[in-house]
Amino acid sequence: MKIIVLVKEVPDTYGDRKLNLETGLADREASEAVIDEISERSLELALSFADANAGTEVAVLTLASEGATATIRKALAMGAGSAIHVSDEALRGADLGLTAETLAAAIRRVGFDLVITGNVSTDGSGGMIPAMLAELLDVPHATGLSSVTISDGAVSGSRPVESGVQQVSANLPAVLSITEALPGARFPNFKGIMAAKKRPLEVLSLSDLGITADNPEAARSIMLTVAEKPPRAAGVKIIDEGDAGDRLADFLVENRLA
Amino acid sequence: MPDFELSEDYQNLSDTVREFADQVVAPVSAKHDEEHSFPYGVVSQMADMGLFGLPFPEEFGGMGGDYFALALALEQLGRVDQSVAITLEAGVSLGAMPVYRFGNEEQKREWLPLLASGKALGGFGLTEPEAGSDAGGTKTRARLETVDGEKMWIIDGNKEFITNSGTDITKLVTVTAVTGTSERPDGSVKKEISTILVPTNTPGFTAEKAYNKVGWNASDTHPLTLKDVRVPEANLLGQQGRGFANFLSILDEGRIAIAALAVGAAQGCVDESLKYAHERFAFGQAIGKYQAISFKIARMQARAHTARLAYYDAAARMLAGKPFKTQAAIAKMVGGEAAMDNARDATQIFGGYGFINEFTVSRHYRDSKILEVGEGTTEVQLMVIARDLGL
Repeated sequence: MKIIVLVKEVPDTYGDRKLNLETGLADREASEAVIDEISERSLELALSFADANAGTEVAVLTLASEGATATIRKALAMGAGSAIHVSDEALRGADLGLTAETLAAAIRRVGFDLVITGNVSTDGSGGMIPAMLAELLDVPHATGLSSVTISDGAVSGSRPVESGVQQVSANLPAVLSITEALPGARFPNFKGIMAAKKRPLEVLSLSDLGITADNPEAARSIMLTVAEKPPRAAGVKIIDEGDAGDRLADFLVENRLA
Repeated sequence: MPDFELSEDYQNLSDTVREFADQVVAPVSAKHDEEHSFPYGVVSQMADMGLFGLPFPEEFGGMGGDYFALALALEQLGRVDQSVAITLEAGVSLGAMPVYRFGNEEQKREWLPLLASGKALGGFGLTEPEAGSDAGGTKTRARLETVDGEKMWIIDGNKEFITNSGTDITKLVTVTAVTGTSERPDGSVKKEISTILVPTNTPGFTAEKAYNKVGWNASDTHPLTLKDVRVPEANLLGQQGRGFANFLSILDEGRIAIAALAVGAAQGCVDESLKYAHERFAFGQAIGKYQAISFKIARMQARAHTARLAYYDAAARMLAGKPFKTQAAIAKMVGGEAAMDNARDATQIFGGYGFINEFTVSRHYRDSKILEVGEGTTEVQLMVIARDLGL
């Protein structure tokens, strides 16, 4: 089986995250770039399946600027067998549509039985890519899974929704996305670190994939304005004069938090 | 000129272990320290990362790295938790390394894959009630006798301060024992010391009650009693009578590993103090703004840095096959002193909090003392250095 795991490089959540107010893009200089934790969990799911099922091929795919090599090497050190890195100046600030189109083209190019992604990235937080990919690849999708079983020809799992938990399944080939409920990633070992340098890493541009970034026929989102996050306002302080409970309840109801 | 920049592989390993230390080890350090409990969960994850197999070839279940890779891992672990670091250090350099260095093919096949996997731990039973720095004072005896037609070593004696000797996953302790005597030309008696592999499930082998130590509380340390312990003749490790020379060479290497651990501790004290110097305010500004604090931290950083260069140098010599005994002794001595001095300064910077056990710096203060003692005391290192100078 061939599993493709989408790996995204994001600004470190523990660092300072900023938008560049001129371009409207995330300021990649503001903090260290790391593999998105949800990507690590996706890779862990693929690797633990591969550990138990000989003959499983795990490839990671990332769409990122040139500097993302360290992130890709880390994924390879963890145990992925190969990597595809799509990098092109024209992808800077790509919207969800162009991103999905590009990723789908790369996935189709290398072939797949299963695509595993996180449900939502830490930085863009679009949450649309898994479903868009499935649409473009013309395969079923099982998104937002909090538990996953991969078998020979199908995947199944649980998807928590507001009113309960759905059990879903799909025949392969398919796209699935996972939530943070899945186990965290393994740490690479020294053998993996040394092997990572020897594992194949293919770098592709948009022209390799036959995609035109500014295709006038494709719908693309256009950012009109960008503004800095407003400073945090002072909170509401409730001083107990015998009615703090009621006032707290009123506050929660008023702010639709109850 | 020599270059002390780490190559990409070493740097990646060091970064990975650092991440592991911060994310997995540090959150449970204070708890294991307080409870004096062995961190089985942490050790099992270290095993999964292959840390116990770092310097061994892949054919014996190792990672195909080298001793410097081990030292880098120890530095990163020692930064946050010396007990965890010493568990790895002793497991690899005292538990498994003697088998790798001196074992025959069969002994290596039997023990190395198990010990390199980290699923089992080995210990090194050298120190005795009356044999510490003067390891030649060994009293434990082993005599070769035929029992039911099979030649067996029968071992009797006591060992002290043996790391990793009594955990649930300890499977082997290599012990030194007197296997005979010879007469020197001047008529004095010379003890013939050999090393013998003793599986811990052998009848007569007992790991006694764990010590109540000042520090390294989550590390497993016991006195051992060997009473009529019988193991096959084939359990002799290396040549008979070469035990003394063999364990001295093991200790030389081990000093580089302990030096690395100590550098980690010294750096951990810098890192913690630096963070605190920004956070803590007194008389209207962060305490790091006062030279009383900033100079102290600057000096701490200088100690950690120089001690690191000393162990890098000793390790580089060792890997290049050059003599490294003196450099290892220097690295061990300055490393241990850097850790103790930095721990003293760090606890001073933390004020009252430095006297509260759950703070990392106070744990380093209790843990670092042994770095001036174990694997050769500072005085023994001075003997080695002085001897090298012809004194």
